[in-house]
Amino acid sequence: MELRAASNAPNLAAEVLSAEPSRRPEILARISKDVRGLIVKTIGATRVGHIGGDLSVTDALTTLFFGVLRVRPTDPAWEDRDRLVLSKGHSAVALYSVMALARFFPIEALERFAQPLSPLSGHADRRKVPGVEANTGALGHGLPFGVGCAIAARLAGSRRRVFVVLGDGELQEGSNWEAAMAAGHRGLDNLTAVVDRNGLQQGAQTETTNRLEPLADKWHAFGWDVVEVDGHDHGALLEAFTAAHQGRPRCIIAHTTKGKGVSFIEDRVEWHHGVPSAAQVAQALTELKR
Amino acid sequence: MSETVTGVATTFDCRVAFAEELAAMARRDPRVLVVCNDSVNSSNLVAFAQEFPGRLINVGIAEQDMVGVAAGLANGGYVPFVCAAAPFLTGRALEQIKNDLAYSYYHVVLCGMSPGLGYGPMGPTHHSIEDVAWLRAIADLVIVVPADPVETRAAVQWAVDAEGPVFLRISRFKVPQVTPEGSCFQPGKATELRPGRDLTIVASGVMVSRALAAADLLAAEGHQARVLCLSTIKPIDADALVRAAAETRRVVTVEESTVSGGMGSAVAEVLCQRQPVPMRILGVPSFAPTGDTGFLLHHFGLDAPGIARAARELLL
Repeated sequence: MELRAASNAPNLAAEVLSAEPSRRPEILARISKDVRGLIVKTIGATRVGHIGGDLSVTDALTTLFFGVLRVRPTDPAWEDRDRLVLSKGHSAVALYSVMALARFFPIEALERFAQPLSPLSGHADRRKVPGVEANTGALGHGLPFGVGCAIAARLAGSRRRVFVVLGDGELQEGSNWEAAMAAGHRGLDNLTAVVDRNGLQQGAQTETTNRLEPLADKWHAFGWDVVEVDGHDHGALLEAFTAAHQGRPRCIIAHTTKGKGVSFIEDRVEWHHGVPSAAQVAQALTELKR
Repeated sequence: MSETVTGVATTFDCRVAFAEELAAMARRDPRVLVVCNDSVNSSNLVAFAQEFPGRLINVGIAEQDMVGVAAGLANGGYVPFVCAAAPFLTGRALEQIKNDLAYSYYHVVLCGMSPGLGYGPMGPTHHSIEDVAWLRAIADLVIVVPADPVETRAAVQWAVDAEGPVFLRISRFKVPQVTPEGSCFQPGKATELRPGRDLTIVASGVMVSRALAAADLLAAEGHQARVLCLSTIKPIDADALVRAAAETRRVVTVEESTVSGGMGSAVAEVLCQRQPVPMRILGVPSFAPTGDTGFLLHHFGLDAPGIARAARELLL
């Protein structure tokens, strides 16, 4: 099955952009609820996925795809598209859900997530999913790739921008800091990294496993412009993604709750890749409708 | 083969031909970039850096970043040549090569400089005998080991317009010219450099000239050794290997890399299934002791007498 753009679906990005700026966050919040619903349903039905990190990164991905990124779902290879790299590739269901709502492919494709021969693998494959830039899933790969994308944009004289979405536990991989150093050294102000700072990794809290703090200071020290925001506040995310950061790459530390929006999943390490039962799916969907 | 008046073959550091050809391609094709890890000197890229300062991206001593950056540049339509000492490029960035280049299928040309035992007395940290075995296990990655400066130039030309990721092994240990001037490198094709019916010596890279010299030694004893130059390790020219095995009934492989999973293993994988014949796999069986490259090649029997000795074992 080859994935094609769902051109006839509602253009939610256009709805956000045509709204008064003050109204955009509430529209994004509404879309995020739909994204979370798709995540819970998809993982509940297919019995696989990383639900905790999907739900923590939902608002950042929603804000990017519907409020920030200049991309064309019907022309995903458009040369001057902004580049979005999901370095925390295990949040593939969140990415797929957002991309489906953004019309890159039909929402029904989610039903086949992780099923035999589905184009939607457990981690995204750019040769099968239009709009995906890199085959992430192994951690610590997205930021070096994003640095390359940013240098390419600069060489080409293009104003396209690069956004890399990182997990916090992922920052224990040294390759991120090689790339952070290179981006700071080159002053790549067309590059933004957003850290989904939910505080948990697969086995425990980041701070008891291998401490990340003081995290903002680390990015500062590597030459980045750093802002910290509530990662579930669409208005704050919009502003952080779009404010100028001339001469420096920007790091947005998005403080989030793993499992956000579903009470029994929130901030619980065992839900890193837990799968909800049918009853739990029903409860989660009820909670998300509130 | 070019020879001096004394009859001793002139030898070449393939990095020279590599850098000249890369600069020539960069003049013609604005997509061509270099990405390196503080390796401007060791990759012989000083002149490139002077001519194209904006097109050489030196990320410092950071190989994982280097390969990831190259993938990102390829995403933007550029053709990055990643130039770094082979052991660090392949060993340190192996997962980036697998995921960012091969699985993501980006057209990046990895240039493993000074491979094999090329770093001589610097020792096994700097030797790159594992690269072929490691990379051969990765799908969708083409592996090319040019035998001399002519093949090096041709491989660089070809790689600019190839699809997907390519690994070029660029030797620093000096070798004579073994392929005719102007010969066209054909990816995926073995080249018969010498006919013979008694056995076949399959050689790659630095070992090709030595295989030819071994064939001379064997000819003096009345044995006609065919010499196949196998410059593309992956995809492998299975038909040429099967034909040679069927016609000569014995095969010796010789390479400047590990005998566990390298070129010889690739040949054996083909022949044991399609045309089983007695084989000897010559290469590097262990971490090397101290010594210059010439000494180490001799130490491991990777010279004309060593190859001839292995051939005689099969001819008995």
